[in-house]
Amino acid sequence: MSGRVLVGVKRVIDYAVKIRVKPDNTGVVTDGVKHSMNPFCEIAVEEAVKLKEKKLIKEVVAVSCGPQQSQETIRTALAMGADRGIHVDVSGKDYENLGPLQVSKILAALAKQEDAQLILLGKQAIDDDCNQTGQMTAALLDWPQGTFASEVSLEGDKINLVREIDGGLEHIKINTPAVITADLRLNTPRYATLPNIMKAKKKKIVTVKPADLGVDVTSRLEVLKVEEPPQRQAGRV
Amino acid sequence: MMNMNRLIVSRTFRIGERLLGCHARHAGQEELRLQQRRSIKTHCRHLAYAKDLFLGQVNKAEVFPYPEIGNDEVEEIKQLVAPVEKFFSDDVDSAKIDREATIPLETLQGLKDLGLFGIMIPEEYGGLGLSHTIYARLNEIIALDGSIAVTLAAHQAIGLKGILIAGNEAQKKKYLPKLASGEHIAAFCLTEPGSGSDAASIQTRATLSEDGKHYLINGSKIWISNGGMADIMTVFARTEVEVDGVKKDKISAFIVERAFGGIASGKPEDKLGIRGSNTCELSFDNVPVPVENVIGEIGGGFKIAMNILNSGRFSMGSSCAGMIKKLIELTSEYAATRKQFNKSLSEFGMIQEKFAMMALNAFVMESMAYLTAGMMDRPGVPDCSLEAAMVKVFSSEGGWICVSEALQVLGGLGYTKNYPFERFVRDCRILPIFEGTNEILRMYITLTGMQYAGKILTGKIKEMKKGNIGLAIGMVSKKLRTSLGASVDLGLTGKDGVVHPSLEDSAKKLEQNVSLFGSTVESLLYRYGKTIVDEQLVLKRVADVLIHMYAMTAVLSRASRSISIGLRNHDHEVLLANTFCNDAFFKNNYWMVQLQKHSPENNDANIKKIAKQVLENRAYICSHPLERTY
Repeated sequence: MSGRVLVGVKRVIDYAVKIRVKPDNTGVVTDGVKHSMNPFCEIAVEEAVKLKEKKLIKEVVAVSCGPQQSQETIRTALAMGADRGIHVDVSGKDYENLGPLQVSKILAALAKQEDAQLILLGKQAIDDDCNQTGQMTAALLDWPQGTFASEVSLEGDKINLVREIDGGLEHIKINTPAVITADLRLNTPRYATLPNIMKAKKKKIVTVKPADLGVDVTSRLEVLKVEEPPQRQAGRV
Repeated sequence: MMNMNRLIVSRTFRIGERLLGCHARHAGQEELRLQQRRSIKTHCRHLAYAKDLFLGQVNKAEVFPYPEIGNDEVEEIKQLVAPVEKFFSDDVDSAKIDREATIPLETLQGLKDLGLFGIMIPEEYGGLGLSHTIYARLNEIIALDGSIAVTLAAHQAIGLKGILIAGNEAQKKKYLPKLASGEHIAAFCLTEPGSGSDAASIQTRATLSEDGKHYLINGSKIWISNGGMADIMTVFARTEVEVDGVKKDKISAFIVERAFGGIASGKPEDKLGIRGSNTCELSFDNVPVPVENVIGEIGGGFKIAMNILNSGRFSMGSSCAGMIKKLIELTSEYAATRKQFNKSLSEFGMIQEKFAMMALNAFVMESMAYLTAGMMDRPGVPDCSLEAAMVKVFSSEGGWICVSEALQVLGGLGYTKNYPFERFVRDCRILPIFEGTNEILRMYITLTGMQYAGKILTGKIKEMKKGNIGLAIGMVSKKLRTSLGASVDLGLTGKDGVVHPSLEDSAKKLEQNVSLFGSTVESLLYRYGKTIVDEQLVLKRVADVLIHMYAMTAVLSRASRSISIGLRNHDHEVLLANTFCNDAFFKNNYWMVQLQKHSPENNDANIKKIAKQVLENRAYICSHPLERTY
């Protein structure tokens, strides 16, 4: 086994920001708004780094799909302990229309290219709440999947997983290679300390295009309208 | 005409010298004389922005364009700021720190892990090796908790600074790594019960041992931040030195480890604000300090102390700006939702004024702080002590007013402990006091500038004496022009202008202020001569004018850059810059009018009389209004 883990990290609007819809209702305002790494992706990175620290895996590769600014998100992953980064450059209209299907195709291609043993993702992104990328990636690769993981332990070439599901906790055992998506209680992500951020500057980030991986990022979905949820009316006691 | 010149020659020549001497005695800064002498021999190009203002000159190359940092650094700053912001919003419970008057160990450890104990220590010694600019940026966030800000500043801005700027390689290698990681905490020990502002009068003594290998330190220090938990202290003490065969007492700086023994810390002071920061007395009882631990040279301690303090001040601008920006967010939330008289508070003029004032203050403080940090980051060893002092004075006073007004917006709620405003008010009260009281700094700012101006003016007059007719004619015609009310052009606007056209009016106002300031300084030197050192009310106004002119420069430089590169909301910046400059222009003029001879706007003589009578009687002396005489 290569001992290599691919971690997907997504750059999203920071959770603390008040979202505003663009006046033309085509989307939300992103210009000048604070962005950071999707919280579930942080948990995924933390889990990967923990596995490396326990010497159960050898290398953590952080991947992000998006415009130039996505490199900041990869840098944060590097500062948390990832070894190197891959930036899949998608910008402009392609980026606006980028969804789980295209991303999972990209991740599948990268997993094959990098000979990954494990793919760790956040369970969902806080901007679109799709909760699809992990599942689609596993399907494309025909790998087992452990989604909503709140506990992960490696046992030889198998993985013991505890999943948080509606009915309670589910314990499963899956083969590797596999796709795992992280849920909230999996771990508490570490801070990227300033010394680690400085050290991360020396780590490498490689940029590739989706076409290089043989992936077509045209979307089969069209956003018709984005609007605010209806104003809350006063209740009645 | 020639008679007057002769008068100026003899007076100002002596003024220059005596200013050096008097300034030294009165402000206790004997080393400034040494500094001045050195600058004559090895004139560093970067000395003179603020100082040239005293001559009515704008050294525009120093401050235009506004300092820029490379793209890489901008990216780096974003990266560095994110975890620090997260830590402060998620893991710092400021209310608890204030209530329990201590910073929890986990929080302190978190700060150490983040690397915040060694921001400016070079990487080779285990620090982050970051620039003044990035240090200032990080302080915007750290300032959200006053106790933490002071603990970190006492440790690295002053506590270990001595080793950093004046220590030898061996001392740096030995002490800096553990200080950078936070394993050891540093403290700066200068102030004593009898010596606060008058730092040169300290009494703690260091005597050389018989075998010449140790100094024994005896004495006590007060108001030492981190005093209770510091492992490494920079201690200043008097030592006996021989100068040209004469035994003299001079101050020296020592690196003292608590482990040397003989050091006792008093109990933590119960303070109004920054309650989480440890402040206590330290007593030294025959503490043995190896001679290798002397910082710099024996007898050179005072200069080191001043350099340390001067280099730490500039970050107060960004700290206060960061705090005010946060306050604007908190306060405007309230003002927008609270309704009275069927309107939200934000619709009322007096409330709006407060927000405008906070925005203006934050803008000016940011502009000044980063201008100064940018100057300090330039290669060479730029002396920005004047500029840093000005940033400190403006920011501490502006911060205090803004915090108070923010509390006012919340009214009764702001007055309670349920909201953080009262804690901000208490934490801010220390700002005009420590790191050099604002009164002392105003004296320092003015007298340093006057000294410089006096020297230059003396030089010019000497030239005239030598028969340099051209110079004489130049000076006379300049005086004639200004007295005839000709317009002033100092090169900020126009063909070779450095200021953007939308700021032209404000730039012209600055030029007018600067020009009038130059002649005001000249006439003050002429009028008072050496006694100007004692005219604190005069000096105070000079300082205030200078500070406002530097502030105007900073906002003009910053706003010009913002427009030129098209930063978001640059129109708002132009508005802020023009508003501030307009306000400052009239304030400056008023102060300068008060400085004119026999100015009716000047109440100083009466003020001094009142003060004298009150202080003589140590009480308010009026008869009670209800009393009668039968």
